[in-house]
Amino acid sequence: MNIVNFTPLSALTGGLLIGLSVAIFFILNGRMIGISGIASDFLISKDNRIENLLFLVGLILGPLISNFTSSQEINMSISNSLILLITGGALVGFGTKLSDGCTSGHGISGISRFSLRSIIATITFMLVGILTVLITEIL
Amino acid sequence: MNKIVSLICGMIFGIGLVISEMINPEKVLGFLNIFRDWDPSLAFVMIGALIVSTPVFHLFKNKNKPLFSSNFSIPTNKQIGKKLIFGSVFFGAGWGLIGFCPGPAISSIALLNMSSAIFVVSMFIGFYIASKIN
Repeated sequence: MNIVNFTPLSALTGGLLIGLSVAIFFILNGRMIGISGIASDFLISKDNRIENLLFLVGLILGPLISNFTSSQEINMSISNSLILLITGGALVGFGTKLSDGCTSGHGISGISRFSLRSIIATITFMLVGILTVLITEIL
Repeated sequence: MNKIVSLICGMIFGIGLVISEMINPEKVLGFLNIFRDWDPSLAFVMIGALIVSTPVFHLFKNKNKPLFSSNFSIPTNKQIGKKLIFGSVFFGAGWGLIGFCPGPAISSIALLNMSSAIFVVSMFIGFYIASKIN
């Protein structure tokens, strides 16, 4: 194993902002952020629909604001295989809805609450993610 | 007021995803690739977030009510069963396949990339199917 492309400072800074967002949302609105929950509730549930929509709009505005305030270009490199994108997207949507959380809902909000359920979910999706990357590297 | 808070929190979260480069699937796959060339950055994003969110949650969870809402809404489900495990396995597989989880996928729509759009539409279809099973 070699350590490559490691950017600890920007990772920590971005992480602090994500934590700040979770903290403000909890203190002011009383809810713990989980993006899969906010997005799927927006689709399925009438409760808090406007709040959920506005959060998602803010999430999309984030990169646009960054573009205005920073000269650094946003890099994004992603698969362009239609089959992989549809399969991956469907698995992420189905799985996070079934287990009630994703990297933010279980990985950040849940672990903040010391929820055993979220700790088990986070370990599981991380291990399966690692295994999936290993398999795709071999194939 | 809580609507403005939602919008602003979404923005802060999105800017965090850009600064930490978690919006880039390649960066996330670099973290999951522990056996070859490993990029530990994602772990530092989680540490950064938890340093802030953990103390704030425990300081405020027993307060009467949040500022702009009638009550705190904290998940009460403690069940560790098939749905949690299978759901996490499916999610992990999709995450490892593309390098997108829900937050970065939605945020990346701003970059007007066709792959992001296809992923996000498929993800919403996945939400819908799972909600019908529940």
